[in-house]
Amino acid sequence: MNQRSRLHVPNAPARPGDKPDFSYVRLSPAGAVARPDVTAAVGEIEGLSSSLVRVLDDNGSAVGPWNPHLESPDLQVGLRHMMLTRAFDDRMQRIQRQGRISFYMKSTGEEAVAVAAGMALRPGDMLFPAYRQQGLYVVRGRSLTDLMCQCLSNTNDMCKGRQMPVMYHWAKGNIFSISGNLATQFPQAAGWAMAAAIKGEDHIAASWIGEGSTAEADFHYAMTFASVYRAPVILNVVNNQWAISTFQGFAGGERGTFAARGPGYGIPGLRIDGNDFLAVYAATQWAAERARMSGGPTLIEHVTYRAAAHSTSDDPSRYRPKDEWQAWPLGDPIVRLKKHLISLGEWSEERHSALEKELEAQVNACWKEAVKYGTLTEGPTLDPSTMFEDVYKHMPPHLARQREELKALRALEVKKGSSEQANLDQQAQSVAKEG
Amino acid sequence: MAYMNMVQALNSAMDIMLQRDPRVVILGEDVGYFGGVFRVTDGLQRKYGEHRVLDTPISEGGIIGAAIGMGVNGLKPVAEIQFADYIYPGFDQVVSELARLRYRTAGEFSAPVTIRTPCGGGIRGGQTHSQSPEAIFTHVSGIKVVMPSNPYDAKGLLISAIEDDDPVVFFEPKRIYNGPFDGDPHKPAVPWSSHARGEVPEGYYTVPMSRAEVVRPGKDLTVLTYGTMVHVVEAAVRMAGVDAEIVDVRTMVPLDVDTLCTSVCKTGRCVVVHEATLFGGFGAELVATVQEACFWNLEAPIQRVTGWDTPYPHAFEWEYFPGPARIAQALKSVMEAA
Repeated sequence: MNQRSRLHVPNAPARPGDKPDFSYVRLSPAGAVARPDVTAAVGEIEGLSSSLVRVLDDNGSAVGPWNPHLESPDLQVGLRHMMLTRAFDDRMQRIQRQGRISFYMKSTGEEAVAVAAGMALRPGDMLFPAYRQQGLYVVRGRSLTDLMCQCLSNTNDMCKGRQMPVMYHWAKGNIFSISGNLATQFPQAAGWAMAAAIKGEDHIAASWIGEGSTAEADFHYAMTFASVYRAPVILNVVNNQWAISTFQGFAGGERGTFAARGPGYGIPGLRIDGNDFLAVYAATQWAAERARMSGGPTLIEHVTYRAAAHSTSDDPSRYRPKDEWQAWPLGDPIVRLKKHLISLGEWSEERHSALEKELEAQVNACWKEAVKYGTLTEGPTLDPSTMFEDVYKHMPPHLARQREELKALRALEVKKGSSEQANLDQQAQSVAKEG
Repeated sequence: MAYMNMVQALNSAMDIMLQRDPRVVILGEDVGYFGGVFRVTDGLQRKYGEHRVLDTPISEGGIIGAAIGMGVNGLKPVAEIQFADYIYPGFDQVVSELARLRYRTAGEFSAPVTIRTPCGGGIRGGQTHSQSPEAIFTHVSGIKVVMPSNPYDAKGLLISAIEDDDPVVFFEPKRIYNGPFDGDPHKPAVPWSSHARGEVPEGYYTVPMSRAEVVRPGKDLTVLTYGTMVHVVEAAVRMAGVDAEIVDVRTMVPLDVDTLCTSVCKTGRCVVVHEATLFGGFGAELVATVQEACFWNLEAPIQRVTGWDTPYPHAFEWEYFPGPARIAQALKSVMEAA
């Protein structure tokens, strides 16, 4: 018997050049998983963290106890939101490639995670997203022009030029500021929910992190606080299989599901099909109802796939097979909902194509509007002296001094620039005279 | 000798140390199969295997904590924190553990961990990919703090850091990974092959973590700086038309007080330049050190040119960055003072 330990290093199931292999993703047939009462005790529903809640089957029918029985107009709204999110992402990616914004992150393939959850929650519920839930902004109706202006850091940027693209926030829409640091929003969501409970309100909080970010201590903080105080919060882990180049095994996904971490903390864990609009809607609805009834938090693992690069800064063909998305067993959330609507007789390929064109035109119109407020390279531009505002509520003297220093420096540059221009003009005139 | 950019030089340092010392292991996010988001560990996992070059979970506290454990158990871990801006979840492990382990155990335990981390702005990274937090670490007793300004020093200093028995936080100014940068973002990029310090021996050598370097001798005044700003200061000196002596601090802890103060006592004037914010910055330590040793030689108040005391703003990167114009103005004003 071998008495020496040997380090285990997780190995991605497939790397560039390999055939995609998703045999590790455990699936349940659509409709097969029972839907417990929202008051069920954690110990009775542990099975939900290893099975996979699915509603849409391969034929596009909605089946089983988790079917939320949404009306067709609601389904069409959901489809529209997902398609608009994708059209927006595609456009912004192209704009980044043209060098007109500095950075972008698409949510392609995981639109249902944000859109269906956003629709299942109430407008007063507070959302703490990571950087790949732009669908929440679409659901809550923030104008795409405003989102574009943030990415452009222009004169209409909600962040006043202080944040990288996609780091939106929206206080009126109840969506918290997106951080560039990972998982920080998870315990904050638990705290917001604790405050709602302290104040005796019926609003709940919801937060999202990637499966990779569960390795940050913030995940543990959130789970502990949410559990201890039974905070009315939905903690979503978006398992899109890939951190940047490391697959979900590097976050602990080889040994158990991410949902299974819930019961260890006394929190129900639901593992659901994240590409199934109806499953995401139903699971969110279940967790929201439980939270509003003082049943405390729920951990939801959305099993999905990051179809695009992590961001515009990486090339996924260097670390995973190019055709991996085509092999992904849970398909494309937009295609699946479309198929469902068609099977209901409420949609058609023609209407779908027409909607695609309409949304593309909408995105184009928003972009035309957004650039009027300036781009990184073309005016109008924000006043740089605003960078000293909001560091504190009231500007302390040392910052006021630095602001004056910058103003003086810029005035000097303008003066220098105009005298150089005057020299050039003079030279040009004398050249013209000589000519 | 070959020309290397800073990425290649750092890669070469780790390659050599993995080869020379079986105790050396590399760990960090995306450093293995992918070779790091800045490619600094490219090819090392293929060459040395998955037990020497480890991809890790996204967990900076975990990375540094585990590195300490490995160090205690006889390895020499080189941990990468993907951006200096991401280091804070590991801060407790650095400050309360890594820095003090030797002290609190009267030398029975220690962990020779090197933490490499890219720092600084100029890549449109906004406030979470642009910070220069060196002063936060220089304030902690028990760790050494390094920031090279060119490929030659980067390789020699990293080898010294890995060989050192004390923990080292090794800052890599990412704006100069691929070439020296003079502070003008509108100029075309210049490769390291155009710079004398881009010439890097392929084999083993060290640059000691105890010596600053005079990179430009001069007699009018002394500029103390490090990292990216060494090159920006060179441009500012040309712009201002002064005969400045530029000293690249290179290692902030332990600080080469002799080289710094010998220069300032000689010139009698001093400007300190860093990209990090002003208030409580490492510049304050430099100024205090210099005035203690050189007070009677000083002909003018020492000036600091630094980033403003705000987070790094995405849209105003170049208004924030202490560029050549601002530095040149300070150089002139220190020269004009009585």
